[in-house]
Amino acid sequence: MEANLHHEAISEHNPIYKRRRLLNRLLMVVSLSMLLYGLAWLAWILVTLLIEGGSALKPSLFTEMTPPPGGNGGLANAIWGSLLMVSTATLLGTPVGILAGTYLAEYGRDTWLAPATRFLNDMLLSAPSIIIGLFIYTIYVAKVKHFSGWGGTLALALIVIPVVVRTTDDMLKLVPNSLREAAVALGCPMWKMVTMVCYRAARAGILTGVLLAVARIAGETAPLLFTALNNQFWSSDMNAPMANLPVVIFQFAMSPYADWQRLAWGGAALITIGVLGLNIAARLILSKKN
Amino acid sequence: MSSILATNLPSVLQEESSAKGEPPPGRPAGGSALVDALFRHVTRLAALLVFSVLAAILFSLLVGSGQSITRFGLAFLFNPEWDPVKEEFGALVPIVGTLATAAIAMIIAVPVSFGIALFLTELSPPWLKRPLGTAIELLAAIPSIIYGMWGLFVFAPLFMEHVQPLFVATLGKLPLIGVLFAGPPIGIGIFTAGLILSIMVIPFIASVMRDVFDLVPPMLKESAYALGGTTWEVMWKVVLPYTKVGVIGGIMLGLGRALGETMAVTFVIGNAHRLSGSLFAPGNSIASALANEFTEAVGELYSSALIELGLVLFLITSIVLALSKIMLMQLAKQEGTRS
Repeated sequence: MEANLHHEAISEHNPIYKRRRLLNRLLMVVSLSMLLYGLAWLAWILVTLLIEGGSALKPSLFTEMTPPPGGNGGLANAIWGSLLMVSTATLLGTPVGILAGTYLAEYGRDTWLAPATRFLNDMLLSAPSIIIGLFIYTIYVAKVKHFSGWGGTLALALIVIPVVVRTTDDMLKLVPNSLREAAVALGCPMWKMVTMVCYRAARAGILTGVLLAVARIAGETAPLLFTALNNQFWSSDMNAPMANLPVVIFQFAMSPYADWQRLAWGGAALITIGVLGLNIAARLILSKKN
Repeated sequence: MSSILATNLPSVLQEESSAKGEPPPGRPAGGSALVDALFRHVTRLAALLVFSVLAAILFSLLVGSGQSITRFGLAFLFNPEWDPVKEEFGALVPIVGTLATAAIAMIIAVPVSFGIALFLTELSPPWLKRPLGTAIELLAAIPSIIYGMWGLFVFAPLFMEHVQPLFVATLGKLPLIGVLFAGPPIGIGIFTAGLILSIMVIPFIASVMRDVFDLVPPMLKESAYALGGTTWEVMWKVVLPYTKVGVIGGIMLGLGRALGETMAVTFVIGNAHRLSGSLFAPGNSIASALANEFTEAVGELYSSALIELGLVLFLITSIVLALSKIMLMQLAKQEGTRS
């Protein structure tokens, strides 16, 4: 009798059961198509970049300066400026980020400062990057009264910091306490325990954070618009306006000149390859570690 | 959850190391304790720096927009005029543009992200989970300027030619909502900006949803399956109610991102300081107004008005992001007490 009931409940002829199964099938198909929808955009953008940017990726892109409209040229000065600013910003932001992250994970466990900083850091992480640019403009660029590579560097460093703080904090928290106890039991002072034991154990994770931060700032345009601005020429003077890939791409893409637009596509392909490469490298490092 | 790992050991250490006067026997006194204190204070200083950045931003924006605030007062927020020549500035158009594009982005991105998260947690074969998750997350890695360029040169022309006329011919004819889809198809505008924003925030929302869905105790799901629930019923009636706070937190995070996104929107929104009922009309957002006009702003009042726009954006996104963070923390806390 019971077996019979059970059988009836899940039989193909039970309309309720049929409806529930149909609804389930339907929504599972919808779920799959949502995933495909997301992946389709990714594929479409990447294919466009390969086609449009691939033809612009020539040696002259790396050797020649940005041209006036109608002239031939490359993006050498912009690539140089971007490399310069991204590397200085990383060198500036990483130590601050790692130290702050260390405080959050190692020293601040019972303080009010650590949770409050963690909260604000997460907000900073998602704050609009154009606001960061505006901030550096009002506190630095407007004071010295000229756009400069340093302005751009400061803005980018301010974007690096929260990324590094977050990953350092997370990664140090994953270090097992037994390691700390062992170090202390051997008579290690705390700073030695942190630098020699915890940092080493969390090295791969912290490195991942730095790589992700570099990837994030490599494509940032908005914070550079009011800080580094742009420069037509090769310049290594951090106190002068500095050419950089994102702003050049913006300016060239918005221009009516076909050859400028082609260069913009070349730059776009370059940045995307770099950024996606860094992202994938960061993930590989982390998954290898795990 | 990793805070569960945290015993109170380090605080004991901290006290020991801060008691400088009495080094433990067998260890040289002086030097090491000094380095120890120095290191602790340097890390604390770095944390204080991070702690004060947001307040510094708020302060600097307030100072920078002082002139505009005293001149226009609260009316700034509701004035649709934006006339640099007559020096009359109001933020209504960019505020409406920012909210409208973000709203469109959310309407599209939330169901899509839910579908993706559902697929990744319940349907995907285990070996595919990682590559698929990474692919979706790569959408977030593509710089915003790339989205903008692609939107302007590739997407907008196709949208104008093939999709927009369809909308205008069908939805545009309806009473009431018809006005939303009226106007000539030009490819760029509020709707295109919202659509591109939606692609950009999908990875953020989807990955938060996936992470919070993974927090659901397997026992709960297995019980529901054992009672004969279908995958959808388990998802909708067990997983979603359990993770509600976290899911809303994820949506807010995406919203925060969508509100402040600059370059992608600047390329495709059309940059017109005009209020229009149609989603296909060009408009302006706060971030794109800043990107376009700030370096060219002549006169202190103009700059000051633009900085006030920035201040408005900063306040809106800060509130949204703070709410998002609070909700995600609530879920983590609830998780801590239950398990």
